Amino acid sequence: MATSSNTSTALLDIAEVSKSFGAVNVLRSVSLTVAKGEVVTVIGPSGSGKTTLLRCVNFLESYDSGSIRIDGKEVGFRPGPARNSGARQRRSERDLAAMRAETGMVFQGFNLFPHLTAAGNIMLGLTKVRGKSKTEARSIAEHWLGRVGLGHKADSLPAELSGGQQQRVGIARAVAMEPKILLLDEITSALDPELVGEVLAVVRSLAEDGMTMVMVTHEMAFARDASSRIVFMADGGVSAVGPPKEVLAEETTNERLRTFLARFRASHF
Amino acid sequence: MGYTLNFNLIWRHFDKLWGGLLLSLELAVISIAIGIVIGLVLAVWYVSAGRVVRGIIAAYVEFIRNVPLILLVYLVFYGLPTVVDLVYSAQTSFVATLALYSGAYLVEVFRSGLEAVPRGQLDAGKAIGLTPWQRLIHVRLPTMMRITLPALSNTFISLFKDTSVASVISVPELTYGAQWINFNTFRIVEVYLVVTAMYLMTGYALLFALRLVERWYRTAR
Repeated sequence: MATSSNTSTALLDIAEVSKSFGAVNVLRSVSLTVAKGEVVTVIGPSGSGKTTLLRCVNFLESYDSGSIRIDGKEVGFRPGPARNSGARQRRSERDLAAMRAETGMVFQGFNLFPHLTAAGNIMLGLTKVRGKSKTEARSIAEHWLGRVGLGHKADSLPAELSGGQQQRVGIARAVAMEPKILLLDEITSALDPELVGEVLAVVRSLAEDGMTMVMVTHEMAFARDASSRIVFMADGGVSAVGPPKEVLAEETTNERLRTFLARFRASHF
Repeated sequence: MGYTLNFNLIWRHFDKLWGGLLLSLELAVISIAIGIVIGLVLAVWYVSAGRVVRGIIAAYVEFIRNVPLILLVYLVFYGLPTVVDLVYSAQTSFVATLALYSGAYLVEVFRSGLEAVPRGQLDAGKAIGLTPWQRLIHVRLPTMMRITLPALSNTFISLFKDTSVASVISVPELTYGAQWINFNTFRIVEVYLVVTAMYLMTGYALLFALRLVERWYRTAR
């Protein structure tokens, strides 16, 4: 699998992104590039900025400085007019919507639309954003529901599905839009332990298909097996990055990472 | 006390009550329909507006909620035409008043419903690339409806009962019909027993219908 982080081939290019909520610096000059087909996992203690970073990539959160580019195109901002010395301007809502359609996101809390069936959840973006006909959208929805093992649940409402099933619909909803990149935000954290496996199996099969993914997770074993690279974040910055074997090595010299992994092993193994 | 109930005179004039009930329902339906439009538009505006607009909408809601309906009815029917050059029937005047009145209550119901829509659902709507307008139509409003339907049913029933206030400006609805029969037959106990039963049964029928709508809404697919 590709581990290249060469900027010229980068699909996602996060450059020196900083963000603060009031006096708290959640992101401190974070830089990270992700090549097409890569699976990058972000780990780190809670409050280290992992989720915020992910939410900046599809501009669910704005950022104060730096830039985030997907396929060379800046996500949330465009250059301003020269008379304003080119200061960046927030994109219009219409532009933002169009750009967000190029990134898929799966949430910790599933966030399915409760009034729509499993198929309906998937069809909404296909019909309203991609402009597909109902029939076409329905067949795409059925295809993806089949892929996540829920072909028989197309007409079930979210309330009738288990957490693991809801999350698989959440994944199907995101990938059916054929995004360039898929963002997974702690997608198994809200699940009962026995339901985690079925969701991770779906993620693994997407990775095998070559889907570019950035995921935040606490599933270390999964991160080790499925990732091209692992990013360790601490205090809003990237503290370590590299192939799983290097980053998760017990003999790492990175003090913070060693503490994090030690604490993690103590509580999870 | 040798009072014996005699309903014969009530039945003889029952057309007054039946016609009155139909008019009451008509007044309620038209007023509530306009009120829903007022309520929805203002509630959506409120949650996305700045402080000034919010202040104006809140003032409208507070004004209506703190003035008795009967006073508003007098103000619009007797007061307004003396100030401005407008001519309208008692019925139109009442519909306008009840529409404004229900609008204020419905703004509150819809606003709290909109604010109760989980953030995560709006995030999900953004993430699949829906525009703000599409998020409102396809995510926010449907979820809001599920949240507000029970409160909405109660508001509708109470607005239906409020149509009885129209009798004070001689709109021939159900309560007015009752008064007419009372003045002409003096069978006060009988007529108000019958009318009470009519309000009760209509209220129950409305409630039942609205519960069906709620259930349908929760399970529709």
